[in-house]
Amino acid sequence: MSDSLRAETVSYTGHGGDEIEAYLAKPLDEGRFGSVVVIHHMPGYDEWSRETTRKFAAHGYLALCPNLYSREARESSPDDAAAIARSRGGVPDERLVGDLEAAVRYLKALSDSNGRVATIGYCSGGRQSFLAACSLALDAAVDCYGAFVVGSPPEGVPLKVGPIVHMTRDLSCPLLGLFGAEDQHPSPDEVVALEEALKQAGKTYEFHSYDGASHAFFATDRPSYRPEAANDGWRRIWAFFGRYLASES
Amino acid sequence: MCTYQTETLELSGSGKGAGGWFSLSNASVYFDHPVHYLAEHSLNIDFLNLDGAAPSRVAVELDPASARELARAILTALDTAGEA
Repeated sequence: MSDSLRAETVSYTGHGGDEIEAYLAKPLDEGRFGSVVVIHHMPGYDEWSRETTRKFAAHGYLALCPNLYSREARESSPDDAAAIARSRGGVPDERLVGDLEAAVRYLKALSDSNGRVATIGYCSGGRQSFLAACSLALDAAVDCYGAFVVGSPPEGVPLKVGPIVHMTRDLSCPLLGLFGAEDQHPSPDEVVALEEALKQAGKTYEFHSYDGASHAFFATDRPSYRPEAANDGWRRIWAFFGRYLASES
Repeated sequence: MCTYQTETLELSGSGKGAGGWFSLSNASVYFDHPVHYLAEHSLNIDFLNLDGAAPSRVAVELDPASARELARAILTALDTAGEA
């Protein structure tokens, strides 16, 4: 496989018939590829999220990163849109699932799709990846330090999301979880509680928690970046997707 | 960590952004990851106009000590002027 790829902004029809901006990256090689919906972190559809989307294409996957704040501030910069989304309580779960369901449909319709699709999300996107995997038929899902899968936002926080661990029985696919042992959202106790729920439900999962790493250890443009944790995390992701996405469905 | 700590309020006033002056309707005050200031966390204030289809924002990201000094200076200025 070469590392040639094409990346561009596209749009698709999301929840409620709304137009969703998205960043699509594809390998240029001939063949059929597994697909990844990249769910951006709470700071929004930023440069790092688009870089990460290209990384999946460079590793042989069709990757689509929807701008989940497309409705909040269409003409604004990603950080302005994120600030406005924060002030309005974040992305409603129902809208999120609708937008991701349409993203999965978009990817499966590509002529070079092998029919398999995963989600991966960072920060708030980690919770959203778990939510998608409990709501949609997926082939794999990755939760990178998603808060409030177990537990609720602190008192007084306007974020309109709640715990979704009760949905574990509906998880449709294997789950890879990557966490920082120093993180408080999610805390190590919450990670243990999620693992316990997965065990009890008899689900296939793989969790890794990294000492010396807190939240957002994958984010190379932030002081929270922890290369040892991130490098091992990427190794786990490639192995996981190689197992569940690479072959034809 | 993402603290998610956010205070929101309605306010009256004006702000000046890249597109010029605009009326303010809301503000968010939170201690979380900055976008530009190079620190794990900062005290962030978004002055917003959420009215209409094209929201506007003026943003600041402050280190905690600076934010406390700013809060003190605001209260001092108001007290000195005898304003409510």
